Amino acid sequence: MKKFELPRTPAQWLEAVMNAIFFLCGILAVGCVAVITIYMFLSGLPAIGKIGPLKFLFGTEWASTASEPKYGILPFVLSSIYGTLGASLIGVPVGLLTAVFLSKAAAPGVRNVVVTAVELLSGIPSVVFGLLGMQVLVPAVAKVFGKASGACLLSAIVVLSIMILPSIVSVSVTALNAVPPEYEQGSLALGATDTETWFKISIPAARSGIAAGIVLGIGRAIGEAMAVMMVAGNSPNMPDSLFRSVTFLTTAIAKEMSYASGLQKQALFSIALVLFVFIMVINVLLNAVLKGGNKDEK
Amino acid sequence: MPVISAKNLNLWYGDFKALKGISLDVGEQEITALIGPSGCGKSTFLKTLNRMNDLVPNVRIEGDVRLRGEDIFSKEMQLTDLRRRVGMVFQKANPFPMSIYDNITYGPKLHGVRNKAELDELVESSLRGAALWDEVKDRLKKSALGLSGGQQQRLCIARALAVKPEVLLMDEPTSALDPGSTMKVEELMSELKKNYTVVIVTHNMQQAARISDRTAFFLLGELVECGPTSEIFSTPKDKRTEDYISGRFG
Repeated sequence: MKKFELPRTPAQWLEAVMNAIFFLCGILAVGCVAVITIYMFLSGLPAIGKIGPLKFLFGTEWASTASEPKYGILPFVLSSIYGTLGASLIGVPVGLLTAVFLSKAAAPGVRNVVVTAVELLSGIPSVVFGLLGMQVLVPAVAKVFGKASGACLLSAIVVLSIMILPSIVSVSVTALNAVPPEYEQGSLALGATDTETWFKISIPAARSGIAAGIVLGIGRAIGEAMAVMMVAGNSPNMPDSLFRSVTFLTTAIAKEMSYASGLQKQALFSIALVLFVFIMVINVLLNAVLKGGNKDEK
Repeated sequence: MPVISAKNLNLWYGDFKALKGISLDVGEQEITALIGPSGCGKSTFLKTLNRMNDLVPNVRIEGDVRLRGEDIFSKEMQLTDLRRRVGMVFQKANPFPMSIYDNITYGPKLHGVRNKAELDELVESSLRGAALWDEVKDRLKKSALGLSGGQQQRLCIARALAVKPEVLLMDEPTSALDPGSTMKVEELMSELKKNYTVVIVTHNMQQAARISDRTAFFLLGELVECGPTSEIFSTPKDKRTEDYISGRFG
């Protein structure tokens, strides 16, 4: 271990001070995560204990303001999962093909336009997505499918699938650009067409980066509250149909927090804890995917 | 009839004229070596023969190149078909990041071979053809990136052989290899000659002298001289060829 020495010259003092500042900044992020984690568990666990973990996680009825309140969050959990999966089902193929187009096929002029559009898309606040969804998408869904209201799971899925596009596209483009051109040349020299080369060589070679983009997109979808709240209908129904008005984990917290008290309030913290654990799991998954991908290449 | 016949081939990268009126015939089951200093156009000429130059932006080509009499720039010539018939081995070994087996079967699968037994057979014959079979037969399912540099380059040769090309283009195939691996690849080339027509670009004049039947000397985009290798290296007709092979420049 290096022996600690007091700085002597002004330059050494400056160096020491700067090091301390960098260290503090680094610690700040770690500290925030630690504090949030501890807080989530401390505030989220009591209600789960009172309600009972099984009743809480697998109860199918949420009636927090009834005279005999019921706190079952399975409808929220399933809505969040279905909503996220549905958004991935649309967003992943569209995003991946956009990325292939941008990285491999597009003429420079077209590429610049599309890249700018994708960047702008990622900068649009979620409330704007919600507003547009509310005004345009929800009435359209109602009309096209002949329903009384279009505020439902399907509308949430459509809005989320657009919102996750930028993450999928930009991360995948980076990964596809990093594929060594020698691979693609090797494929073309064997008589492959461009399309064959992209699908059989480029995408597989970039798969860990693409997977990272998908997981990022999923993270964004599962954590989104505002846009979902504005289009999903927000009834605590089981998501047994695409046209059901549903509540996600995020929106369950957001819509009741302002007036909740007592056990109801505690239960909302428990929902937040469940959401928090979901997102943690996704992040661990992301790291595993990234590391796994790198190991693969060696 | 020559396998490949180029007539008055001119090529520009933007405003830069990289090939100036090249006319060159490549004979059946011969090794033709293209030599010359860096930037002389020899690699450019090689990449024109399977139209890999098409990938370069702003490239413009004039002139005539025929593969067994067929115009390679004509509409009737499918690019994928041309590249299957005229295989290529690159300067830097570029196996795909997949198993040895999948590397070999990649080309045949593109061209419609689906039968497992047939693919197995192709893997063995191609690897034997590239003198690699004995070294890798027990790890065909392992990643090709785990092979040594020399093995990777022979794998790339095997991969090119698997689609049964008529001509094999090699762009400085040994410049990134150690002497031992270089020797193996050179031995392999003399074997390949029995079944294939080979065109090789090399910086290494000893290599050209050792393995090739004919040698073409390029300088500043021009073909200075082409003839039987023994003549080029003993009694070159052009002063510039003599200067180059005797090491006075390059």
